[in-house]
Amino acid sequence: MIEINGVTAQPPPRPGQCLRTYLREQGNVEVKKGCDAGDCGACSVLVDGAPVHSCVFPAHQAVGHSVTTVSGLGSDGELHPMAAQFVAAQGFQCGFCTAGMVVTASTFEPADLDELGRKLRGNLCRCTGYRAIEDAIRGVVNTQTDAAGVSTGRSVPAPASCRIVAGTEPFTLDLTVPGLLHAKLLRSPHAHARVLSIDTAAALAVPGVVTVLTHEDSPDVLFSTARHENRLDDIDDSRVFDTVMRFVGQRVAAVIAESVAAAEEGCRRLTVVYEVLPAVFDPELTRDPAAPKVHGEKGSETRMIDGRHNIAAELHSEIGDVAAGFAQAAIVIENTYHTQRVQHAHLETHAAVGWHDPDGRIVVRTSSQVPFLVRDELCHIFGLDRSQLRVLAARVGGGFGAKQELLTEDVVTLGVLKTGRPVQLEFTRTEQFIGTPSRHPMRIAVRIGATAAGELTAIRLDVLANTGAYGNHAIGVMFHGCNESITVYRCPNKKVDAAAVYTHTLPAGAFRGYGLGQVIFGIESTMDEVARALAIDPFELRRRNVVRPGDPMLSTTPEPHDVRYGSHGVDDCLDAVAAALARGNDALAPTGPHWQIGTGMALAMIDTIPPRGHFAHASVTADADGSFTVRVGSAEFGNGSATVHVQIAATVLEVPVDRIRLLPSDTDVVEHDTGAYGSTGVSVAGRAVLHAAEDLRAKMLVSAGSLPVVGSGRDDGRGRSVAFNVQGFRVAVNSETGEIVVLHSVQGADAGFVMNPAQCRGQVEGGVVQALGAALYEEMRMDETGRITTDTLRTYHIPQFADAPRTEVYFAATADALGPFGAKSMSESPFNPVAPALTNAVRDATGLRFTELPMTRDRVWRALAARGQSVTAGEGE
Amino acid sequence: MDLNTITEVLLAADRADLADPRPGDAFLAGGTGLFGAPADHLRRLIDLTAFDWPALTVTEAGVEIAATCTVAELCALELPEQWPARALIGQCCDSLLASFKIWNRGTVGGNLCIGYPAGPMISLAAALDGIALVWTPDGGEYRIPVADFVIGDTVTVLKPGEVLRSMSLPAAALTGRTAFRTLALAALGRSSAVIIARRAEAETTLCLTASTNRPYVLRLAQPPADLTGLIDSVVRGDWVDDIYGAADWRRQITLVLAAQVLAEVWA
Repeated sequence: MIEINGVTAQPPPRPGQCLRTYLREQGNVEVKKGCDAGDCGACSVLVDGAPVHSCVFPAHQAVGHSVTTVSGLGSDGELHPMAAQFVAAQGFQCGFCTAGMVVTASTFEPADLDELGRKLRGNLCRCTGYRAIEDAIRGVVNTQTDAAGVSTGRSVPAPASCRIVAGTEPFTLDLTVPGLLHAKLLRSPHAHARVLSIDTAAALAVPGVVTVLTHEDSPDVLFSTARHENRLDDIDDSRVFDTVMRFVGQRVAAVIAESVAAAEEGCRRLTVVYEVLPAVFDPELTRDPAAPKVHGEKGSETRMIDGRHNIAAELHSEIGDVAAGFAQAAIVIENTYHTQRVQHAHLETHAAVGWHDPDGRIVVRTSSQVPFLVRDELCHIFGLDRSQLRVLAARVGGGFGAKQELLTEDVVTLGVLKTGRPVQLEFTRTEQFIGTPSRHPMRIAVRIGATAAGELTAIRLDVLANTGAYGNHAIGVMFHGCNESITVYRCPNKKVDAAAVYTHTLPAGAFRGYGLGQVIFGIESTMDEVARALAIDPFELRRRNVVRPGDPMLSTTPEPHDVRYGSHGVDDCLDAVAAALARGNDALAPTGPHWQIGTGMALAMIDTIPPRGHFAHASVTADADGSFTVRVGSAEFGNGSATVHVQIAATVLEVPVDRIRLLPSDTDVVEHDTGAYGSTGVSVAGRAVLHAAEDLRAKMLVSAGSLPVVGSGRDDGRGRSVAFNVQGFRVAVNSETGEIVVLHSVQGADAGFVMNPAQCRGQVEGGVVQALGAALYEEMRMDETGRITTDTLRTYHIPQFADAPRTEVYFAATADALGPFGAKSMSESPFNPVAPALTNAVRDATGLRFTELPMTRDRVWRALAARGQSVTAGEGE
Repeated sequence: MDLNTITEVLLAADRADLADPRPGDAFLAGGTGLFGAPADHLRRLIDLTAFDWPALTVTEAGVEIAATCTVAELCALELPEQWPARALIGQCCDSLLASFKIWNRGTVGGNLCIGYPAGPMISLAAALDGIALVWTPDGGEYRIPVADFVIGDTVTVLKPGEVLRSMSLPAAALTGRTAFRTLALAALGRSSAVIIARRAEAETTLCLTASTNRPYVLRLAQPPADLTGLIDSVVRGDWVDDIYGAADWRRQITLVLAAQVLAEVWA
């Protein structure tokens, strides 16, 4: 017997079962799975009062002991004081790590506050950048109260706050489904192979196995796992189950069974005969006519550019005359940069569960940023009508773009269709690394010419993106990467050649910044060299060249897109960061002959709404109890949009936020929503909520009290403006060990009117720390067979508390003419200037230009050693 | 994570329970290692915690640490002042990659038996002339220096069915003055090098771990004229080369940290 939160659980644990799954099977779904390997701490519980990671705790060893989960911490219906502190500080974004954070921090003594880096090395958060978590543990209050009609602009807490800190806010799989079956995927061991046969007999003989899904069950429909408003924006090159394997880790088949254990055993007993085929891994070689073809049999009907040359997407453009521009230039700087393969590492893995509702419809509950687009594509794949399918997302445990894909829902739908029973598919942390899309690795060649006065005369950009085995997001990431990165500068001559190519490697997909982070790394590194060559202050170089209202915003087409200057806060950002770096902070630089100090900065611009259509529908209902219900399709995944939607409705309806209920991210609640990507939660979905609330207010004036009154609103995403981010760093670099210490981190953010300052600050801080992970530590490595070897959170190091510097955040004093209440998007973009600002600072410190990421200590030391030791700052000019 | 191929857990409380080793067996203590990675080849867990061995036994001869002693128990151990090398215990525990919550369950024996280059209990024992006591399935036992117990990256001398019973730190080693350095690719990342010096009357011990595939213990009567040459001649290229640091950098930081710890104990 195991006592759980004071209640005795009777069932004996299974041999080999860990405490985490035992607790969840007893209904304690507040205990989360982040890594299932002891690294992330999302599953933390107390056993006899001592904190442990329940995923690596043998359940049988808990027999006779008492377990306390986050839900058992409080008493008499009151939150535990530490849980209450997490509400007051808003020490979370998506909230998936929060249960483990609160449990862990609940055990801290006052002396532990001096050792938070050490005490929290077993608690990973991918959203916040840890500052808000530190605030929570120290009892800092970051929230503000609101009053009727004055909600926007105030740091009101997220509506789900109290449930998140108590563990009662349900995420995707935090529900009980009677009769549930579990699916497990068999994945390809070969980078390129044809499946000749799959013998399922031994698998089907395993007790508990219900069925096996193979290519024979798969509809003969090509689609893209990437989801956009217009399905024709992506390449149709994927099947539910294919007979050709194009990367190590691709699905071969699924076993569906009464338990995860039986499904796993079934997978082990599948006998697959492969014809192993030659593979190409190198994006530089894949366009060679002799290279093995990834999709050689497919044609332009799939919208890929050239399957016979492994080209998924291509872009060639020139505006002005680049050759003439370089001829005019006083200096020309040219360099080639490489960015690595990076994983999102959202703490909630991809997961979906599906069942038939009483009306016979299939319901799919999924961890998705785009439930409506998932529904539409499932209809396309399986030949269903929209009326036959409902897709919803509960609170989503982090996404960063990874959940703008269809990765689990098709298997679940196929499983429900074939078995008639509820089916769940939950990815392991290792499956996240080996089987789900990463960020696009890129090679970025940049050539910039400038006059002696620092006016840009020409920009030449040559980009090669490795989209891996499938073209999901290949087109969009390539175009977006080459757009705002060069639009930001007023320069008459711009030439771009870009390609996204197929290789037999893990597919790449949408990742925070959507290509901009990679290309901006190249552009802003080169701009730094331009400033150095001309002896112009790097801030001043940006001021002289940045586009300003009146300038056409041009990148690859001679005519501007539909983006307007709804506001323009770049000067505020530049000035704030320059002033903060000049002012310095109280961080003491390490001393000694091997330490060198430097500063660096970089600029990024982003369109506030994606191109080619982004739609949101919303309704607001006046309820009989005097409260209001907001229905909106957009999903909350740590972006804070749920908070803002409530604030908007409350402000328009002149009530406090606690009178607003929110029903989000469900195809049943509104007609349509493109989804939570492109940082549109405020700029598009927020506008729809605004219109709906205004519509309701108008109707209530004339309805004379007869309920219910419903207001409705829509937004078509046409209010596209621009936002800026400027990052500055001061760093110390050790030439003897390669260590880089961030002494000062500053970001200026042009968010327009800031709807919720605490939340928006958190988005910036989280973006900076996630980007520092990609700049300093993170790299997905692949072996000679094409297998990803960094397949756990132990081997793939994401920033932990001790790695995360605090970032000073300064908001530009702007109000956007196009955004709701003057607000702009501010979720993806804080990531984008970070890596070049850091490499520019390291350049300033050491004289060395790092053109490849990440700048791990071993690489930094090696580069400095190869160059020769003891270069002091300034000598590298 | 669930180890779904396990069909039996044997709570071993008697040596007879260890006499029948089978393919697919694994010895279990706290589970933080075993339950942290897939292990489809396993069928039976033999839970050693049922032996209820005393975690720590301190005598004039030194400290005996049961294999099932948790890292947290070891870290909380208070030793007499005349054993200044006791400082290494906290330093080594703290260099464990894992959280203090893992310390509450993870064991000294588990850290030794997994045999990672960065196993800090290996560093501790190798630097303090620790001796491992191994039980053999036939009821016998043998002792071996921990520095020789780990023979490669995740490779130990243990043969199937053999159980690490304990590790002893002799009093003579605990009387030395020590210096400790570690470095990783991140502030609190998995150690890329753990370098320890211990100065006794007659000689100084320099212990290289984490950066090398197995521990290397150098005995120095006096400061070497050429520390780099000496270390290279002992390690002979056996540097770890993996995601936690490239071999050339591991060698570099080993040389840097070795010079620092020797300077500290010789100051």
